[in-house]
Amino acid sequence: MIDLSPLWLTLKLSLSTTLILFVISIPLANWLAGGKDIFKIIVQAIVSMPLVLPPTVIGFYLLLAFSPANAFGSWLEEWLNIRLVFSFTGLLIASVIYSLPFMVHPILSGLSSLSPSLKEASWSLGKTKWQTLTKVLLPNIKPSLLTGIVLTFAHTVGEFGVVLMIGGNMPGKTRTASIAIYDEVDAFHYHTANVYAGILLAVSFIILLVLYTYNRKMQQAKFY
Amino acid sequence: MIDLSLQKVLHTAEGEMQLDVTAKIESGQFVSLYGASGAGKTSILRMLAGFMKPDSGFIKVNDAVWFDSRRKSHLEPQQRKIGFVFQDYALFPNMNVRDNISFALDKHEPRQIVTELLEVTGLSNLATRKIQTLSGGQQQRVALARAIAKKPSMLLLDEPLSAIDNVMRDQLQYTLLEIHKRYALTTILVSHNANEIIKLSDTVIHLEQGSFREQTSPARFFGNGNEASKLTGNVISLDEKGNAIVLIDDRLLTLPVPGTILNNNDRIEITYSNFQIQLLQH
Repeated sequence: MIDLSPLWLTLKLSLSTTLILFVISIPLANWLAGGKDIFKIIVQAIVSMPLVLPPTVIGFYLLLAFSPANAFGSWLEEWLNIRLVFSFTGLLIASVIYSLPFMVHPILSGLSSLSPSLKEASWSLGKTKWQTLTKVLLPNIKPSLLTGIVLTFAHTVGEFGVVLMIGGNMPGKTRTASIAIYDEVDAFHYHTANVYAGILLAVSFIILLVLYTYNRKMQQAKFY
Repeated sequence: MIDLSLQKVLHTAEGEMQLDVTAKIESGQFVSLYGASGAGKTSILRMLAGFMKPDSGFIKVNDAVWFDSRRKSHLEPQQRKIGFVFQDYALFPNMNVRDNISFALDKHEPRQIVTELLEVTGLSNLATRKIQTLSGGQQQRVALARAIAKKPSMLLLDEPLSAIDNVMRDQLQYTLLEIHKRYALTTILVSHNANEIIKLSDTVIHLEQGSFREQTSPARFFGNGNEASKLTGNVISLDEKGNAIVLIDDRLLTLPVPGTILNNNDRIEITYSNFQIQLLQH
């Protein structure tokens, strides 16, 4: 019987990462979309770092930061009694940082593509910035929101380097599907690796199929 | 009464420009801001709405201070009682016609104003239509209805009729004037169309390169040999009877010009003074 726990763990990690990033990225992208001062450009560059850095580099620095041998890690352990290395929470935080641009960028480009007069119109009708965001801006960038959700989810499913650096390979705790595939191949268990890989392949394909179908429907719905 | 004095350095395509305008506008008037492209008309409208902050100056509306650089007070757009009609209409694509208009109202406000506005603007049978399916003129009407749904005291219009064909424009001008009177609005219109300004407004404020030139009645402004009363066009052809066929805006004019030295494609300026047409060759 094949152990399905790596798949469940991957699902749990990907769903949690996507949910957290969705909540964080909307205000962040909204803030980045309004104006172009130097501080915003710096933040945007930091957010985009995981796009260009090898995952092992991010994993390495997070490992250093989380390690109880260093200042931040020991502070966490002493004051909050939390150890982030080789734990699911640590893995989740690393995933959130690593997948941040995949959620922020689609939302940011969606918001930037809207005419600035839309939000000004809403303000002139007496609506607050929050009402404007939730009732006017977000409903008009639904395809971008969905793209962000799907990309983040898929990216977290496929995560390898960061997981290995931060989480290691602990069954049921940090052993995600992508790690398990590598591990099984290493041990010449090709059948098990094939099952994991096949499931990931099918899930990824279905997700992208749903995304493109929905986005096409949205395009058509505009005119009916 | 709107009392305003606005100064701001604007960054335009042609470089920096100092905007400096002082004016007084009576309540209930229909005022046009007139000037060439880039003269700062839209910026003034945006400052009145609170979308843009002047460097210095003040905006006083009746007894309320909307902006005062010395007292560092700046009222947010939400707190100013304005209706704004944007050049691109800025209708919300996620809502239908009726929802766009009722979006302006608070949750518990009565909805009959929406029905009334749909009627006034001739949109009653389009109420459930999506914005993307409307023509330019219809979208313009929705934008107008939405802007006044909250019963603002001031209506700001940023070249609202520039993208609409002539027949529709005439109808909309009529609707605009009716709304202005019916809801006792102070209306400020940005326009560079003399025809429109003369038809609609009580007063015209002329801007040039960001500076205030004059504030006067449209008849006086366009009637005394101003730049605006000149027509410019292109000579399309010359016939053997000594007539020039001239294209002005989108109309063809046949002008008798015996013994002329005009050629095809000449750009000419026509001024009307002392009942004589003069042609000034360019």
